[in-house]
Amino acid sequence: MNARDEILAAARGALAQARSEESEVPGVHRKPVKLPDLVGLFVERVADYGVVVRRCAESEVAGAIAEALADARTVAVPDGFPHPVTGPAPSGPRTADAVVTTVAIGIAETGTVVLDHGPGQGPRVFSLLPDIHVCVVRGDQIVPGVPAAIAGLDPLRAQTWISGPSATSDIELDRVEGVHGPRSLRVVVVDA
Amino acid sequence: MTFLGMPPFPQAAREALGDTQLRRNLAHATATIRAKRAAVVAEVPEWEELRRAGAAIKDNTLRQLDRHLLRLERSLTDHGVTVHWARDAAEACDVVGRIARSHGVDEVVKVKSMATQEIGLNEALAAQGVTAWETDLAELVVQLGDDLPSHILVPAIHRNRAEIREIFLSKMEGTDPELSDEPAELAAAARRHLRQKFLSARMAVSGANFAVADTGTLVVVESEGNGRMCLTLPEILVSVVGIEKVVPTWADLDVFLQLLPRSSTGERMNPYTSTWSGVTPGDGPQEMHVVLLDNGRTRALADEIGRQALRCIRCSACLNVCPVYERTGGHAYGSVYPGPIGAILNPLLKGVGTDAQTDSLPYASSLCGACFDACPVRIDIPEVLVHLRSQVVDVRRGPRPHAEAVAMKAASWTLARSGRLRIAERVSAVFSRLGRRRLPGGRRAVTRLPWPGSLWTDARDLPAPPAESFRKWWRRDERS
Repeated sequence: MNARDEILAAARGALAQARSEESEVPGVHRKPVKLPDLVGLFVERVADYGVVVRRCAESEVAGAIAEALADARTVAVPDGFPHPVTGPAPSGPRTADAVVTTVAIGIAETGTVVLDHGPGQGPRVFSLLPDIHVCVVRGDQIVPGVPAAIAGLDPLRAQTWISGPSATSDIELDRVEGVHGPRSLRVVVVDA
Repeated sequence: MTFLGMPPFPQAAREALGDTQLRRNLAHATATIRAKRAAVVAEVPEWEELRRAGAAIKDNTLRQLDRHLLRLERSLTDHGVTVHWARDAAEACDVVGRIARSHGVDEVVKVKSMATQEIGLNEALAAQGVTAWETDLAELVVQLGDDLPSHILVPAIHRNRAEIREIFLSKMEGTDPELSDEPAELAAAARRHLRQKFLSARMAVSGANFAVADTGTLVVVESEGNGRMCLTLPEILVSVVGIEKVVPTWADLDVFLQLLPRSSTGERMNPYTSTWSGVTPGDGPQEMHVVLLDNGRTRALADEIGRQALRCIRCSACLNVCPVYERTGGHAYGSVYPGPIGAILNPLLKGVGTDAQTDSLPYASSLCGACFDACPVRIDIPEVLVHLRSQVVDVRRGPRPHAEAVAMKAASWTLARSGRLRIAERVSAVFSRLGRRRLPGGRRAVTRLPWPGSLWTDARDLPAPPAESFRKWWRRDERS
């Protein structure tokens, strides 16, 4: 027998007695959550990771992005990025100091941004190699928690969930920020 | 899977207990992570509900494991992934080695993965002329230090900053001799060292935290970004996935992506989670392989009580709360899976009765139950430990009765008649004077008995019998 058939046969043999049982999966965590101030909670939780968060109106986005890029000399701008980017010289993701992207979803409870690498977000390498990642999140993209995010995302698209800057706790379980991913994450929240 | 030449747990534990530096490092690290976990778990009012959901989803999946694996295979294949099956470690290593050699690759970068640790992939690849570079900081420390992992999440937890600095200075090419032992500087040194490897490697090897059957999605949960580098930059990606990692649907992840980070690093969410469903044209590796690994998992599946160990999502919360682990560290368990989960997983994957080291593991516990309380998928580790102890006793039942069996027989003979018990009580009152040491709470304890009692007192204190037996006290008390 080949490995595949042997493993499947072993699994079937092991389970002969157990097939008919089924455990009930509690679903309380999937009940819709109403949070009084979704955007406020998102801003607070993102900032908890030591991320600089700037909340602004639609008309102020370009200025907020320019401010977030103040210390970058070059910036990678993915196709379809909807806001004007002024200041640093444009560059590719492998050489740029910074990158600007939009997101697919923001998660308030965990302070997470999720990229599904659609228009405005670039392929995965864009948000990985530059040392500064500036993320623009619209208020209406923010969902309460992980269940709502999972329900709203397309599993067939590659995704990157980002919660704060790259970090490690590998040395005495002390959190150190900035290992291989962008060492600085900056988030601009646009009130829709 | 077992570290070569590892002595049984009691012997290894005694050596570890003598290492005061190790005990200091571990006490500090586990206390830090316990406090962080407790804080973020307390934030979630429905935590118990989530644990029950996690356990139920895993149980239901395991009961239909063959079907979910076939579904996973089809989804992966539909999305351009080549699926391989491996019965054991050797077969899995062989698959990975063949893929590397067929592309003329002699260097691969690795994402931290328990499955590849378990099968000894790095050593197997080295034997085939392929160098594997660990890119997780703690794995790098272990690899450079020619050391063994001692924790599931933080394999170098037994090393402090000064020791890590020494390892980098002596083993990592081009390290600045002025390097301090500040964690941030150490992390920056690793970043510089590995960046070139990420940019030049043509092939990466990963594991997966979850594999979604109906979409063919693999999920890697990490902190540093080394995972993202490995999953994005090389042309070829090989993921070694234990068959118990399968979950039926994408929706099931909403439970596990809440349970795992809070239990593991004590964060609301880990810095990076990558998900991908096969090849994305123009983005990331364009050739993908998945190796579905058994290596004892179907054996564990056949054990009705032990089966629950396959729910494990490798968070390591049970290690961090375990009073035994905190004192002995991970090396004493002799496996890449240390701590309470290792004490049940290793015997379940390998079967009891194969070697003394594995058979000693179900006894590496005081059965206090802290691991069960912390487990995000409610694995009743104490229950499985007791069950495995009974298996060890059964398999070791030789023609001559074991000392423990003789002692139990003697006890039942004594306890069967009140007259016999009275005599035993008089004798034990004499022994009460033997207690030289005080246990916490003030009771006297015997620390060393002559053989065969030494079999017990070698690793434990024996509370001295009280000078007055209960029955004697009762009679005296009734009279007064």
